[in-house]
Amino acid sequence: MAKKFKIGINNAWCKGCSLCIGVCPKSVLELSDRMKSTPARENDCIGCRQCENICPDFAITIREGEENAR
Amino acid sequence: MPGSEKSEKSDVAFWQGNTALAYGALAAGCNFFGGYPITPSSEIAEVMAEELPKIGGKFIQMEDEIGGIASIIGASIAGAKALTATSGPGFSLKQENLGLAYIAEIPIVVVDVMRGGPSTGLPTKTAQQDIMQARWGTHGDHGTICYSPSSVQECYDLAIRAFNMAERFRQPVLILSDEVVGHMREKVTKRNPNNLKIVNRVRPSVPPEKFTPYAPDPLTEVPAMASFGDGYSWHVTGLTTSDWGFPTNNPPEIEKKMLRLMSKVDRFRSEIVEYETEYMDGANVVVVACGSVGRSAMRAVRDARRRGIPAGFFRPVSLWPFPGEELAQKSLGAKIILVPELNCGQMVLEVERVIRGRSEVRGISLVNGELFKPSEIGRIIEEVA
Amino acid sequence: MPGTEVLSWIRTRFMPHIWCPGCGHGIIMHALIRALVALGKDKKQTVVASGIGCSSRMAGYIDACTLHSTHGRSLAFATGIKMHRPELTVVDVMGDGDCSAIGGNHFIHACRRNIDITAIIMNNNIYGMTGGQASPTTPAGAWASTAPYGVIDPSFDLCRLAEGAGASYVARTTIANPKQAETYIMNGIRKKGFSVIEVITHCHTQFGRKNDRRLPFDNYKYFKEASVPLTKAKTMTPEELAGKLVCGEFVDREVPEYTGQYAKVIENARKRG
Repeated sequence: MAKKFKIGINNAWCKGCSLCIGVCPKSVLELSDRMKSTPARENDCIGCRQCENICPDFAITIREGEENAR
Repeated sequence: MPGSEKSEKSDVAFWQGNTALAYGALAAGCNFFGGYPITPSSEIAEVMAEELPKIGGKFIQMEDEIGGIASIIGASIAGAKALTATSGPGFSLKQENLGLAYIAEIPIVVVDVMRGGPSTGLPTKTAQQDIMQARWGTHGDHGTICYSPSSVQECYDLAIRAFNMAERFRQPVLILSDEVVGHMREKVTKRNPNNLKIVNRVRPSVPPEKFTPYAPDPLTEVPAMASFGDGYSWHVTGLTTSDWGFPTNNPPEIEKKMLRLMSKVDRFRSEIVEYETEYMDGANVVVVACGSVGRSAMRAVRDARRRGIPAGFFRPVSLWPFPGEELAQKSLGAKIILVPELNCGQMVLEVERVIRGRSEVRGISLVNGELFKPSEIGRIIEEVA
Repeated sequence: MPGTEVLSWIRTRFMPHIWCPGCGHGIIMHALIRALVALGKDKKQTVVASGIGCSSRMAGYIDACTLHSTHGRSLAFATGIKMHRPELTVVDVMGDGDCSAIGGNHFIHACRRNIDITAIIMNNNIYGMTGGQASPTTPAGAWASTAPYGVIDPSFDLCRLAEGAGASYVARTTIANPKQAETYIMNGIRKKGFSVIEVITHCHTQFGRKNDRRLPFDNYKYFKEASVPLTKAKTMTPEELAGKLVCGEFVDREVPEYTGQYAKVIENARKRG
């Protein structure tokens, strides 16, 4: 019964500093070709919010999704 | 107390100028003082420390002169009518934050009880060396409102006027007193609070979401001012801003703001300007003097008239804006204008500027820490008449 | 933390903000806003004051009663605001130069008075906005544009300074621990008295670039590695602690608060008057 999380990235505010990528314990995030943070592996997100809290640009919002009954 | 000589009901007091200035401020509704001790102004702080808590006001002795003016700007942003008092060295230290109050349009009253300078100079002796500093002391352009009392009564009355002008024009108002005026004792008639005209800053009439902090009133050019804590969240900054109060790099917006800082004073100078004249009818020799020197000059002119010399007396009460147009008009036909002052020639520059060569203008400087004797001015009147 | 509540405290029309990509100031601003939200503060009863420098821009971005004052003087302005309206929540955000160089006198006296203001110092060891000049917290030996042969000045320990000067709450953390920053800021705001929260952050643009911490994440890693919790630090020798960043709550004491003391002055004056 793993919880699912939705990773919202505000591309207009993201400056591509990559702090979020560095702190993520599950390597969920990547830098896109346009130098924006992108949730490449959203399913692996454990909802720790380290990326949201470290983001200096208020560009990341983690939302809890529906429970995933796999 | 029955039988006591100090009747609280009495409307007459025998005060020194600094004391009168403090009580004038209180009569104007001053409810905050932040400052730092400095001769010859400290009595103002001492009276405020004693009196403010009695009316629920706040007094704070700050860690330095800079903190003194910063604290009163903060208090004014939170809605207070706030005062600080200092002398030359402290006035120099306050200049940067004075500039913030000009650009952010924060009403405050700053008193400089002048002493001899530069630097530590003559802490216990009088001077008028800060006249140009009052006009141009902080960097950048702005309109200046500055009054100069020459009696203890005027210390009281101009303190009230200064607060009214600060609130009316939403900017700092300066009082340039001097050591002689600050420390001499005279009779003062206290004003009846019921008959006193008190001006309060215009508050916004729109709801918070429609509040534009620096949108000027079309008539007065002065924006309405909210206080921190009364429901409006807004931004105060020392940066040049648009009407929204946030920094701008837009040339038309920058120019609009800068010109308004000047014109809100210039256009309404008749509300601010104040002066006193005696014996100006047919005056051939006009003596222009302010503050404590005004007292010596007035006596010298009166004595000259008694001796049949057509001398006249003009005393600027507002130093900034300078009552130049009024002086020029009233001294038409004068042969010579004498400007005795306790500096090496500051106010005389303004007199020369407005007279434009129509009469001879001669400065008389005294910078030895003493006040002019009437006879010293009288002798020169006689020489030139 | 629901994003909308945090966003409601931001003047979003000015976003993205002026700070460099990866700047720690944004992390601290985020922690401050989370603390204000968690404490249920009202924007219209909350003052954020700042001085000059990169740090000072924070006041412009937070949607509250905000004052961007002059360099080093923000605490003196904030003191006037708090004295006149003690019911307001007053937070003062400062840089290291702002707080401890040009504003050092205001800082120690605000601590001494113990006035109920929460001071957040964003210590990035450098003057960032003006181009990387040495500050009173630049470590000895480090490069700065005004110390091209290395800094020779010993640096300030801001927490010890605040403790010695009389603050009632003093804590330190780093931007590598944003939740701890949020907690300390909350504790500071709750504290009736002068609170100091030093958040060690980085200026990779001006300091890190010349001192082997070029990327934002290099600084994050350094902070993680160099941080030592206060409890552990107490068991370590001075040699072991050299170069470490001791984090924790150093002071949490009950000291009479200044506006409360002044309320007593008013009471006494009215009795006598």
